[in-house]
Amino acid sequence: MMLRLSLLLLALATPVFAEVPIQQVTSPQGLRAWLVEDHGIPFTAVQIRFAGGTSLDAPGKRGAVNLMTALIEEGAGDLDSQGFAAARDGLAASFQFSSNADGISVSARFLTENRDQAVALLTDALTKPRFDQDAIDRVRGQVLSGIDSDAKDPSSIAARLESARQFGTHPYGTDDSGTAGSVNALSRDDILAAHAGALARDRVTIAAAGDITPDQLGVILDQILGALPPTGALLPTRATLTEKGGMTVSDFPSPQSVVLFGHGGIRVDDPDFMAASVVNEIFGGDRFTARLMTEVRDKRGLTYGIGTGLASMQYGELLSGQFQAANEKVADAIKVVTDEWAKIATGDITQGELDATKTYMIGAYPLRFDGNGKIAAILVGMQVNGFPIDYPKTRNDKLAAITLDDVNRVAKRLFKPENLHFTVVGQPVGLR
Amino acid sequence: MRRIFRQGFVFSVLFVQPMFADPVTDFTLDNGMQVVVIQDHRAPVVTQMVWYKIGRADEVAGQSGIAHFFEHLMFKGTDTIKPGEFSEIVAANGGSDNAFTTNDYTAYFQRIAADKLDLMMQLESDRMVHLNLSEENVATEKQVILEERNQRTDSDPSALMNEQMSAAQFLNHPYGIPVIGWRHEIESLTRAQALAFYTAYYAPNNAILLVAGDVVPADVKALAEKYYGVLKPSDKIKPRLRPSEPPQLAERRLTMSDPRVAQPYVSRSYLAPERNAGDQKQAAALTILAEVLGGSGTTSVLTRALSFDTNTAVYASASYDGTTVDPDTFNLVVVPAAGVSLQQAEDAMDAVLAKFLAQGVDAADLERIKTQVRAGQIYKQDDAGDVAQEYGAALAVGLTVQDVQDWPDVLQSVTAADVLQAAKSVLNRNSAVTGWLKVGE
Repeated sequence: MMLRLSLLLLALATPVFAEVPIQQVTSPQGLRAWLVEDHGIPFTAVQIRFAGGTSLDAPGKRGAVNLMTALIEEGAGDLDSQGFAAARDGLAASFQFSSNADGISVSARFLTENRDQAVALLTDALTKPRFDQDAIDRVRGQVLSGIDSDAKDPSSIAARLESARQFGTHPYGTDDSGTAGSVNALSRDDILAAHAGALARDRVTIAAAGDITPDQLGVILDQILGALPPTGALLPTRATLTEKGGMTVSDFPSPQSVVLFGHGGIRVDDPDFMAASVVNEIFGGDRFTARLMTEVRDKRGLTYGIGTGLASMQYGELLSGQFQAANEKVADAIKVVTDEWAKIATGDITQGELDATKTYMIGAYPLRFDGNGKIAAILVGMQVNGFPIDYPKTRNDKLAAITLDDVNRVAKRLFKPENLHFTVVGQPVGLR
Repeated sequence: MRRIFRQGFVFSVLFVQPMFADPVTDFTLDNGMQVVVIQDHRAPVVTQMVWYKIGRADEVAGQSGIAHFFEHLMFKGTDTIKPGEFSEIVAANGGSDNAFTTNDYTAYFQRIAADKLDLMMQLESDRMVHLNLSEENVATEKQVILEERNQRTDSDPSALMNEQMSAAQFLNHPYGIPVIGWRHEIESLTRAQALAFYTAYYAPNNAILLVAGDVVPADVKALAEKYYGVLKPSDKIKPRLRPSEPPQLAERRLTMSDPRVAQPYVSRSYLAPERNAGDQKQAAALTILAEVLGGSGTTSVLTRALSFDTNTAVYASASYDGTTVDPDTFNLVVVPAAGVSLQQAEDAMDAVLAKFLAQGVDAADLERIKTQVRAGQIYKQDDAGDVAQEYGAALAVGLTVQDVQDWPDVLQSVTAADVLQAAKSVLNRNSAVTGWLKVGE
């Protein structure tokens, strides 16, 4: 009976994920990956990330990495666009290629029954993309259509204004799709150069989950990545953040305004990062019980949703939030956010808030690991952040150890009312 | 990557069930509440969902949006739980919760550690009968849903266009009214109306309980009997007999302009039949038809013709969701390429459809899509929540557990002739609405 009880307590204290060991896999050619082996369902998810991403665009070539990434699935080896898609769909495999300011991500999923064929196809896509001119022109048309749409989308307008204000000429300061002008000017050679610079083995992070053994994974990783160049373009440098309190209003015809707000944040490798995550969850988490949701939505009905997040990127960090509100209500909502910002900056978090938030974060953590694709993506994220391989086992204990002094000290450090800036896109009443 | 028009085509086949040892158990409580248990023991996590067979299309005329408004009010406290406390308790136990409303149903769910199921059932069963709403909370929440309408609809020309399209499609059936409601009617909703709605429709015999995750059916049954089984059934629940559409005699067209539009497009909807209990063949053929015509952003018939063989469109797609109570729509969208007019795009779309109706479906296309449907059954097992969603939606519109389990086989049995027949019966301009969304001055 005692034994049973102590086992039960152990099970409660250590989340589910502790039972799913992460293995470190080294391929015959020396590529390293993390793996959660689970033979329950006959498929595998593989996540591969190349650091750098769209921030590697050469001068004057803004949008090259974005367009290149979108073209990876548009024909490879002997197969043109149609042939490649038909082959992939015929195997019921899925490959998704995406890029952002810090990396290019490949999310692949394939059945065990035709793994070799799917891996061969993925290998061709990454190492022998065709970049046929007709595919370039067609996908360029899609990108340009997206750029046009963004130009009339208040959220995109706000994001662009905010990035430019914060990061200036660093790649973080401009839209990684590029402009109509820069995208129209991209040549096939530019796409080839972007491919050679961005997809290299010196910047790769890999994880897998599902129906595959470490040996099998090692073999396919060598196959998929072995033919890529060992080194690529010089990685970006740190961004310089401009922090200045105030307000930017941009006119846009809509019944509602989009509001982005915030200032600088905190690095992932900062010893206070975990405490900062707790503070952010208390203040602007997406639970209905976070401070901003309570004050702005629940008590006053000023918005449908509001939240903040720690955007800790590779070369710069933000604490930023957003909401939308009717033009007549924006000023009131901004006043509430400003007051709340000042309030938490005094370090007024209560023990009750801390306890409830910690319980939530501890309990919610294992719920993230629910599916091979999600697990593979999380494992890549942990490696990129420099977390140890046993992080999932220790994370909740570290979180539990955070004290009220910790969070209030970090809240004072993190929240800087004098730097709080609002960017408003809409036709807000009573704001300048 | 910003390829907004291409997202989400990779696996749009969302309706399959696990193919291995049957993990699904279902039973009905004495008071008429249906229960479905879906076992997935890979992680000690559980999802509880309660689906009410009441949606936008069941509302009293003049009170559009009350089903959705009421969904929000379900978080505003009971005799024993304070406003907002429901979500606080869920969060304090490490879980998350939310809810959603459609034309046909309203559902509430929590995702949490499996050992908290008891508590979740206690909370969810409590608010089925003991809601306690203050005037003040109702008034504030009305402001929240007006902001929701602002954000999701009034700020988005495409969403406004969809509303106009539905309104034109349904002359008589309530699917013509938006789920969130017309603004002027939302503004006039009252606490008394909300409570009348609650008393009329929230009862165990109008609800389905779905529990998915690390649970065993016997335990779920015991808990369900303890918390839901004791609730009194309502004798006011009636079959959902809604006004039906008269025959459509003329094509309907509309043009909308908005200065916020950057990318004009053509949208077409056709009235289409839905899945029915024991009779899903036609809906299966339409599901496959949507995949063939516009499921893939590369190999679908529309995309090939309009984006590859010609430079007519930057994007083309087809969609159909037959999981509804009454006939709904089969939809097409074509976004013209630069320099192509909406008339040219529409003409080109109609030419592709005419050719398809003359030639039928390509055997290789059909085979590839069926392979993906089969594989979907394997991938699907990776997410017990999706399986729960599939069962819940089906049962809430009057399908049975057997229908859900038969569905993959019904899809596999669809022949090229079935697809062509479905296309011929549905792709008829006289039962269609065509909309143009244009860049406004």
